[in-house]
Amino acid sequence: MLRSKDIVQRHPQNPAALLDAIRDVQEAFGHVPDEAVTGIAAHLKLSEAEVRGAASFYHFFSLTPRGAYAVYLNASITSWMAGRAAVAQAFEEEAGCRFGEVTADGLIGLFPTSCIGMSDQEPAAIINGVVFTRLTPVKARHLVLAMKAGKPIERMVSEWGDGANQSDLVRAMVSNNIRKRGSVIFGPFEPGSAVRKAVARRPEDVIAEVKRANLLGRGGAGFPTGLKWEFCRKEPSDLRYVLCNADEGEPGTFKDRVILTEIPQLLFEGMAVAGYAIGAREGLLYLRSEYAYIRRHLEAVLERMRQEGLLGPQVAGKKDFSFDIRIIMGAGAYICGEESALLESAEGRRGEPRNRPPFPVQTGYRNRPTAVNNVETLCTAARIVTYGAPWFLSMGTAKSSGTKLLSVSGDCERPGVYELEFGLTVQELLDIAGAKDAFAVQVGGPSGACISRQGFGRKIAFEDLPTGGSVMIFGPWRNLFEIVANFMDFFIEESCGWCSPCRIGNSLLKEKLEKILAGRGSIQDLRDLEAWGKNVRALSRCGLGQTSPNPILSTLQNFRELYEKAVGGRDGFVPDFDLTEATLEAARLTHRLPLLEETSHE
Amino acid sequence: MSKPVIATASLAGCFGCHMSLLDIDDRILKLVELVEFNKSPIDDIKTFTKPVDVGLIEGGCCNSENVENLRAFRKNCKVLVSVGECAIMGGLPALRNGIPVRECLEEAFLNSPTVAPEDRIIPNDEEIPIVLDKVYPCHEIVKIDHFLPGCPPSADLIWEALTALVEGRPLNLTYEMIKFD
Amino acid sequence: MSEITITIDGRACKSPAGRTIFEVARTNGVYIPTLCNYKDLRPVGSCRVCTVRVAGRYMAACTQVAIDGMAVENTAPDLEDMRRSILEMLFVEGNHLCPSCEKSGNCELQALAYRYQIMVPRFPFQFPVRRVEAVAPKLLLEHNRCIQCLRCVRSIQTEDGRRIFVPQNRSRWRKIGVDPRLAAELTDEMALKAMEVCPVGSILRKGVGFAVPIGRRKFDKTPIGTDVAEGLPR
Repeated sequence: MLRSKDIVQRHPQNPAALLDAIRDVQEAFGHVPDEAVTGIAAHLKLSEAEVRGAASFYHFFSLTPRGAYAVYLNASITSWMAGRAAVAQAFEEEAGCRFGEVTADGLIGLFPTSCIGMSDQEPAAIINGVVFTRLTPVKARHLVLAMKAGKPIERMVSEWGDGANQSDLVRAMVSNNIRKRGSVIFGPFEPGSAVRKAVARRPEDVIAEVKRANLLGRGGAGFPTGLKWEFCRKEPSDLRYVLCNADEGEPGTFKDRVILTEIPQLLFEGMAVAGYAIGAREGLLYLRSEYAYIRRHLEAVLERMRQEGLLGPQVAGKKDFSFDIRIIMGAGAYICGEESALLESAEGRRGEPRNRPPFPVQTGYRNRPTAVNNVETLCTAARIVTYGAPWFLSMGTAKSSGTKLLSVSGDCERPGVYELEFGLTVQELLDIAGAKDAFAVQVGGPSGACISRQGFGRKIAFEDLPTGGSVMIFGPWRNLFEIVANFMDFFIEESCGWCSPCRIGNSLLKEKLEKILAGRGSIQDLRDLEAWGKNVRALSRCGLGQTSPNPILSTLQNFRELYEKAVGGRDGFVPDFDLTEATLEAARLTHRLPLLEETSHE
Repeated sequence: MSKPVIATASLAGCFGCHMSLLDIDDRILKLVELVEFNKSPIDDIKTFTKPVDVGLIEGGCCNSENVENLRAFRKNCKVLVSVGECAIMGGLPALRNGIPVRECLEEAFLNSPTVAPEDRIIPNDEEIPIVLDKVYPCHEIVKIDHFLPGCPPSADLIWEALTALVEGRPLNLTYEMIKFD
Repeated sequence: MSEITITIDGRACKSPAGRTIFEVARTNGVYIPTLCNYKDLRPVGSCRVCTVRVAGRYMAACTQVAIDGMAVENTAPDLEDMRRSILEMLFVEGNHLCPSCEKSGNCELQALAYRYQIMVPRFPFQFPVRRVEAVAPKLLLEHNRCIQCLRCVRSIQTEDGRRIFVPQNRSRWRKIGVDPRLAAELTDEMALKAMEVCPVGSILRKGVGFAVPIGRRKFDKTPIGTDVAEGLPR
């Protein structure tokens, strides 16, 4: 019998090992029992409260048992649109417990989870680390029966996806769904070409090339990558780091998953190029927990690259350049996509953003200058170094060069990943994806913008509609308010809670929205929504709270008529109080009828 | 010219705010000169007999009768004022807001000591108001025009607010007047 | 060290370089309200009450380093209203029953509400269900009143650097947890310090309370901030 003590002892006696120790215990026992908390605290010289604080921050860690089979069913809007309600019901009925609970015998736990990066193949779930896509109520019932029979989870996967998903080291039922290959990310790639090209030049020249190509960060914020590398290189330090942000958590995005599955070497070469440019010896890949199933594949690619001399000492024969890459695992927290929260998490703590400045290029991983880059950005940089800035500048628009990977999901015929040049309009994208009667398009995920038909002529580009790549399409039969409510629930779930406007404000916005949807809204409530939303945006500490009101603010702007219809022309004070509802419970307990709201006015 | 009309009520309150109103010392003589009281426990008028200029509400709403009463005040008063912490945020009665109604009623009527243990029942006569699922601040049920915090609000605050409202001038509140305890 | 000059609402303020806007303001006799910032503790920017505006951008004065030439807005009416909205959020987020709180009259959240003349929050009360924790022999944790300023987290540690107060969970479920084992070993001095750094009535010494009569408490007659600058906001 494995003891938690032995697991804990495997780790260095250093607080930085906290998340690794918790993860190992979680994987072995399905939760972090009290004795393990005590053991970890003693071993790492932390207080037990610190261990609990870290464990309770991440969605996939738990201080209480989550069941021998822990089912995490995606709760993002694309999952609901694909029939989540019926699937969830089937799980509940067959398992005999509700979501948020574990069965009495401790066998099965059912939990909702934020977007797991499978929006093109929903409803999807992660069960003990294994991904199940395109679930149906019947499939859900069969899964539960197999759990009751004690079948190992890996053997419940009956079909495999395309490409490397079929490889021995992945064996996942996930599909890549690459619908359009552009020439930057999905163009022909000769392994080793980027690294060799880079080390043949001076680091300053590599940075200059990336700057000339006007590469802007692909995560959505659009900071110039070359400039970031230059800042990092110029910061005096003994050590520097490249940190690849593979924590794509924005609902509706999944393009990094496809890169990691199909062309991980391009990414790793991009990291090596960045490392060479800034003067780093180590690169870290922060991989979101939801993609843990790709990890063995990634480790194998890294090992092969080491053997081929593309990583390790003297990369590609370059004397003074040694560089290697280590994978760090996330544990379920959208906020860790924010670069300073990512750093905190990578250092083994709660993933709460840092105050900025100082910026990561000054004080990053282990307080050293760190270039934090998105997966797609690093791949693109590798290609720029290979083919040169002019080649790159020939694609896209004047201000947004190159291509962008778009994760397209929702109401369209061909959901999946599209690599397209910047500058195409929303309508052009809808045509390519086969979305004939789109009513609304969410560009950039919940933190982005919800576009109505009037905006379909807008261009996907940093100067018009910037996006990290999530595009969710909604048909006219969809209820826009359900979508907005789902997005707000997402932000309420994923706020770290550090600063008051975000911790409190998102819930207040959602409550106000519900008041309106319950038919108790007025024009005054619409004004409040807008004012409160703008306050949360202005006052919050990091990008999460600065964008979390967007689902409301953006639809208030672009779908105003729906809100006005919902408040029915009322203005001024309308109470969020209903006498019938308020007297329901006490009336039931005393065998009386709840009071009628209308008559009580008289 | 007739005098401005005042009405007052104590909903889920302790009458402490009414006590504070009476605590204005000799200014009470001025008040009698200044205004006329209508529905209020102070003069024991039970129903509105004329339109009211200023209504003062003490206490939040914990049952259906409080709601009915509060709505009647809103209907009959030009200006409605929440007086005290209970009216503004539920106050001490709202301590039960985290506890399910069932537990509250069972604790009060079934599980607590009684002189008639054989006759335990949650009162269910149709005449009895129905308890609400939680204690509500008044402004979550009707529109409230002014708020006077305090437990109770000081006599000075009540005096200043009341005279300002009946004279139709803006409230002039000093730092010392605004207290939450 | 070089000296910088910034303006706060048009008034020139000089300071050595490297100080935060909050520090520059304070040393120049300009009051910027705060709840989470506390002398000698590393600023965390959690309450956001010190938010100021520079060139149209909002930032926490406690964490933002002042840069020469910055034109800081501190008392613009819309900015003051945004701060007021944060205070109101904090009031509805917890269960702040001032009449029965030992810290009333000495509470910084309450004092800021007085300063801003908050008669009622614009937001609906959340009435959260929170348990009072009394595991520590010397301390009581009243989570109903906690505003998550992290002052206790930052100031109370064991000699070997382990934290006794630590945030648990996240988002609206986030709370400050106490380490029962380490709290049991707290000295009288540390327990008193924990209570003193708490701006609200969330950390209380067991066995004491209501020692100072109403009228003589810290903020009964003196508005918060008057130690820095005279006058109240408009």
